[in-house]
Amino acid sequence: MSAKGVEAVVIGASAGAIQALSRILPDLPASYPIPVLVVVHIPDDRADLLAPLFQAKCRVVVKEAEDKEPILPGVVYFGPSGYHLLVEEDRTVSLSSDEPVLYSRPSIDVLFESAADAFGDGLVGVILTGANEDGAEGLRAVVAGGGVALAEDPAGAFAPTMPSAALAKSAEARCVPLEAIAAYLVQLGTA
Amino acid sequence: MVRDAIEDIEINLLLEALQRRYHYDFRHYAQASIKRRLRQAREQLSFSSFSAMQEAVLRDSALVPRLLNYLTVQVSEMFRDPSYYRAIRENVAPHLRTYPSLKVWIAGCSSGEELHSFAILFREEGLLERTLFYATDINPGALEAAASGVYALDRIKAFTENHQKSGGKSSLSDYYTAAYGRAVFDKALRSQVVFSDHSLATDAVFAEVQFISCRNVLIYFDRPLQDRALGLFRDSLARKGFLGLGSKESLRFSTHAEAFAEFVREEKIYQRREP
Repeated sequence: MSAKGVEAVVIGASAGAIQALSRILPDLPASYPIPVLVVVHIPDDRADLLAPLFQAKCRVVVKEAEDKEPILPGVVYFGPSGYHLLVEEDRTVSLSSDEPVLYSRPSIDVLFESAADAFGDGLVGVILTGANEDGAEGLRAVVAGGGVALAEDPAGAFAPTMPSAALAKSAEARCVPLEAIAAYLVQLGTA
Repeated sequence: MVRDAIEDIEINLLLEALQRRYHYDFRHYAQASIKRRLRQAREQLSFSSFSAMQEAVLRDSALVPRLLNYLTVQVSEMFRDPSYYRAIRENVAPHLRTYPSLKVWIAGCSSGEELHSFAILFREEGLLERTLFYATDINPGALEAAASGVYALDRIKAFTENHQKSGGKSSLSDYYTAAYGRAVFDKALRSQVVFSDHSLATDAVFAEVQFISCRNVLIYFDRPLQDRALGLFRDSLARKGFLGLGSKESLRFSTHAEAFAEFVREEKIYQRREP
């Protein structure tokens, strides 16, 4: 797992997301030099709470992604509920209200595929716990772009379906326990 | 990465061809979603590459409407974001009632969900009779759907819930008849609607209006095109006219931000300042 030239991290999570992310994001230091984009499936009426919830637990800046804003290092962006979150070639974010993909909007696949286009081998993609198969295609796109692909070890995941599906679709993806994912991401920032 | 770079060139050339041959200008649309939609079109229309697609579309105009459906159509809901419509009801309608006649522009009306929401709300607020609506889109197929006012019956439950949450003063079922799995909305709602092909990317101001609603359209544009569209809105709005955007859109980064004041901040409803 080379940490050379990592330009962005994308994370996708569904059922059990808040607990899983709570064991990763708070570990990132305030001066974390890499941007992190996160898509979580969550009911619409609770979605606006994600960024404030994690800002309270984290040392990095956490915010809801705004349309056409530049992606900055050391910031964790959450995709707003009801919109897809995409990365543009010029390293800004776009939102879209295109139809849900695999019943999901935001869709992990949409974020990962657009990020793979923009960041190529400078991308790290992480699939965490979840009860559906969103993110499997996306993680494959991360691999195809030359990026690093990680999936939470299904054995320890709150809901194993999502990381299992991602691992099944990408032979190159590494199966990693949650603690090791946190440690890996932290270490990326010190490389 | 080399393959991607080639694909980017192909996409640019395809968009260029669409613009030069048919005057549909997607060159300033946000690239990431255009790319996603074009990949979908390429796959489903069975083209081996974007270059092949470009060659075909240049010579076969029958492909254009099919391509437009990938590039433009978004599924919306009636009364999507009910709090937006509630704010119009509670905060904007009292101002609109002071006008003897009104013009309202639904920009990027797609298949008409937003238009019908407005017409129903205006009926409930006693404004429909005095209002002329302009419903515009670049996709003729979408305009046709909007003008027909027919929606799948299985979508009505969500529409009805949204309508109630928006403070609806009547029952949504007052406005449609159900038959054969479809809900057909009362044509009286559309009796004063002008449906028109209009592009925010290439066309000009066509009327002076008191209200413009343009929701989840600007997010598909890059910054320069967003500014072009907002400039059109500024120039189309009457003194103290209103502009409503999507819940995740804002004027904050626009060069035209100065021309508008926040009217209902959390619902992205703005009011034109005195010029």
